[in-house]
Amino acid sequence: MKLNSALLGAACAFAIAPAAFAERGTDGEVKLTFPQAVSIMNPYLSSGTKDIYAASMVIEPLAGFDDSGNLIPKLVSEIPTVENGGISEDLTSITWKLIPGLLWSDGSPVTSADVVFTGQYCMDPAGGCAQLSKFEGVASIEAVDETSIKVTFTGPKPNPYTAFVGATAPILQKAQFEACIGAAAPTCTDQNSMPVGTGAFKVTGFTVNDTVSMEANSNYRDPAKPAFATAVIKGGGDAEGSARAVMETGEFDYAWNTQIPPDSQAAMAAAGKGQFVVAFGTLVERLEMNMTNPSADLPEGERSTAMHPHPFLTDINVRTALSMAIDRDILREVGYGAGGKPTCNIVPAPAAYASDNTACLTQDIEGAKALLEASGWTDTDGDGIRDKDGAKLSILYQSTVNPIRQDFQALIKDWWSEIGVETELKAIDPGVFFGGDAGSPDTFQKFYADVEMYANNFDGTDPEAYLTQYKCDKAPSPENQWQGENMNRFCDPAYDAMVTELSSTRDPAKRAEMAKALNDMVTKDTRIVIPLVHRGTLSAHSNALGGVMINAWDTEMWNVADWFRVK
Amino acid sequence: MLTFTLRRLLLAIPTLLFISLIIFLLVDLAPGSPMSEIPLTVPPEVRQKMIAALGADQPVFVRYILWLRQFFWVEPAYLLDGWFGTDLAGDQQRILSWQSRSPVFTVIGQRIPQTLTVIGTAYLVGILIAVPIGIYSAYRQYSLFDQLGTFVAMIGFSVPTFFTGTLFIIIFAVWLGWFPTKYDTTLEVTDWASFIRQMQQMAMPVMVLGLANAAAISRYMRSSMLENMGQDYVRTARAKGMTERTVVLKHVLRNSMIPVVTVIALGIPSIFGGAIITENLFGVNGIGAALIGAIHASDLPMVQTLAFIFAVLIVGFNLIADILYGFLDPRIRYD
Repeated sequence: MKLNSALLGAACAFAIAPAAFAERGTDGEVKLTFPQAVSIMNPYLSSGTKDIYAASMVIEPLAGFDDSGNLIPKLVSEIPTVENGGISEDLTSITWKLIPGLLWSDGSPVTSADVVFTGQYCMDPAGGCAQLSKFEGVASIEAVDETSIKVTFTGPKPNPYTAFVGATAPILQKAQFEACIGAAAPTCTDQNSMPVGTGAFKVTGFTVNDTVSMEANSNYRDPAKPAFATAVIKGGGDAEGSARAVMETGEFDYAWNTQIPPDSQAAMAAAGKGQFVVAFGTLVERLEMNMTNPSADLPEGERSTAMHPHPFLTDINVRTALSMAIDRDILREVGYGAGGKPTCNIVPAPAAYASDNTACLTQDIEGAKALLEASGWTDTDGDGIRDKDGAKLSILYQSTVNPIRQDFQALIKDWWSEIGVETELKAIDPGVFFGGDAGSPDTFQKFYADVEMYANNFDGTDPEAYLTQYKCDKAPSPENQWQGENMNRFCDPAYDAMVTELSSTRDPAKRAEMAKALNDMVTKDTRIVIPLVHRGTLSAHSNALGGVMINAWDTEMWNVADWFRVK
Repeated sequence: MLTFTLRRLLLAIPTLLFISLIIFLLVDLAPGSPMSEIPLTVPPEVRQKMIAALGADQPVFVRYILWLRQFFWVEPAYLLDGWFGTDLAGDQQRILSWQSRSPVFTVIGQRIPQTLTVIGTAYLVGILIAVPIGIYSAYRQYSLFDQLGTFVAMIGFSVPTFFTGTLFIIIFAVWLGWFPTKYDTTLEVTDWASFIRQMQQMAMPVMVLGLANAAAISRYMRSSMLENMGQDYVRTARAKGMTERTVVLKHVLRNSMIPVVTVIALGIPSIFGGAIITENLFGVNGIGAALIGAIHASDLPMVQTLAFIFAVLIVGFNLIADILYGFLDPRIRYD
């Protein structure tokens, strides 16, 4: 409710806005605060969202996404499609046309050479480019003329809007970064912290892990924008402190990622200085079921591998009962408040790809008990824990150290004990859990537990790569140094076949159908994954800042040029 | 005294080398990966390439030798180049942070001023509050003032800074609106108005740390004063007809300062180390905030270099404290 009125308010403010920002640089300073400080302004070398968002105010891609996930042109005059001839009939190439007369903030013209260079920069094998997957399947990038760029793919590409699309793949200026390609990339400190861009702002000062100072780009393509003359991003502290600086003391205009407990959200909103806004992307907090035996009695190298199936989680009735016992709405209320929605899907959005699977939303403890009873899981020795053929329903349930996750663990443990399942909880440092160190037993890939909980999402609006993660050959194992994304070691030839089919299907409606079917295969049909909460990103902005339209599909600063001071 | 100093300095070299190796191994063996903060949407192959580009896949001893060379040869060479315009370092690789890809020493250089102003002021304020309280508490032992001082000191000792800090933010920033909650590092003091703003933004972190520092030092001061108040020379001084003022502030205070000065000197390295929690809470971009940020991101070069600099400072100030002893108390000489 609060959210709706907030959005409505923003929309109204936006509608009456044009009168307010008639001229560039008339609204003074806009102050942003991020709970994690900005380390680098080059998304290709960055390891975090904070850097990508900050950089997005300065450097821009050819096209981006608006707040409902639609492609919008940024540096090009239109989005290439098959209809307008921008994409070849066989879907193997895409041709982008830059807006004529486009200038860098230093006054030099933006040309196709800059775009081609950016591609080379990221695809250089020695550069360690963080956004390399954006350029997957790219065979060549060539400049057709001064303003046209042709990207050719190794095969038909149903979704060619990857390279140079979205805040993670912006265009770098060739003249500035020419000497920084390959192994030299990390040594170009000045370039990496003060890139020349085409965005609404340009960097004037940068202190590592602290402050980015910016001023309006005098060569920005819209002469009336941005309304603000300067911008500052102050980083550091925590989510609570950032939210407070916007909502209670009014020192800042915008705070990104203010994920704080629901009761604090309400208390801060009551101060009346600002509002929380939430954007729902594709992030889902979920339980992943281990299909292999993680028992410590097995020798190292055989634990949690396909050699030994799990003693009881391989039984679909057990997995279903575990899912039925959970009340997802209580989890949402405790953990995320307005920043979450209960869900049964791993692909919760965009709407076209989201399955109408809602059966799991109602908790059914009795049903879960009955199901276990009927499938032979009974408490034969009277210790309160169900068993069958010597296997006890005793679960090791791991997650990362995080107050919300520990609340979830405690609640779920309680519900599971009601249905006769014993649970042992484990919390691991997130740096270790997500660190992927093959030498550590506690990574989420090794999965030396029965159930693990974390959140995952996909980049952009197309779930293909994300759904590919549940293919048989993506299972982490000693053979691939425990790298891989199929944590469950789920293996279904029908699933693999459909993923392969999806990658060669071009019709959007059919793609959506298949994505839904794949989502259902791992969720409601098999309960390999038990989705819990669809998480949004919660940010806060002051009532004195207008024009904010929060966006889950691209950077939250996607329309920073339109932000203005409410007078 | 000179030979003692020289011997200690020479002994410091193997000590520091050993410490640097231990730090390096400890930090390296600690779990975590520089890739743990990148989103899960980045595939494992790309992660592998990113680690290789950082040089983080090299064996630990190769990295240790490289780091030693960078720390003791390349970085000083850069410093000299900066001072005298020479070209000793050429384009040799400096110690680069994995998180920001900028030289570790540039980051430290950016952050030392904030740490010294904020943490240094807090230390100074702490001393200025603690010494008079300690003296008066001891002089009027078990008086109301002494009880109150003990109470405040106990609070300063036992209440953690993250709690007092948050409390101060709620009282002084949210309710009263006197001070900002986030430290503005771009503020330059050029006139009276900006000086006032600087004082305002320093007020809360200085109060929080000052309280904690004052608590410890005032207890040392008090007990040292009490010990000396009962000495024979004090009775003699009083018997000679000296005023209470001269007895307490001249005779007793001077002798009581010896252990307190040591405590203060040994606390100085902690100023350079910054205050991890307080800096983070108030957004002061000091060394402490840099260290905790680097630890979170598994930015090993940054953590190693900072930890080693702390080690150098601690060894250095221990030596200084030992030498100061000799000057303050002629009975203690090392030859």
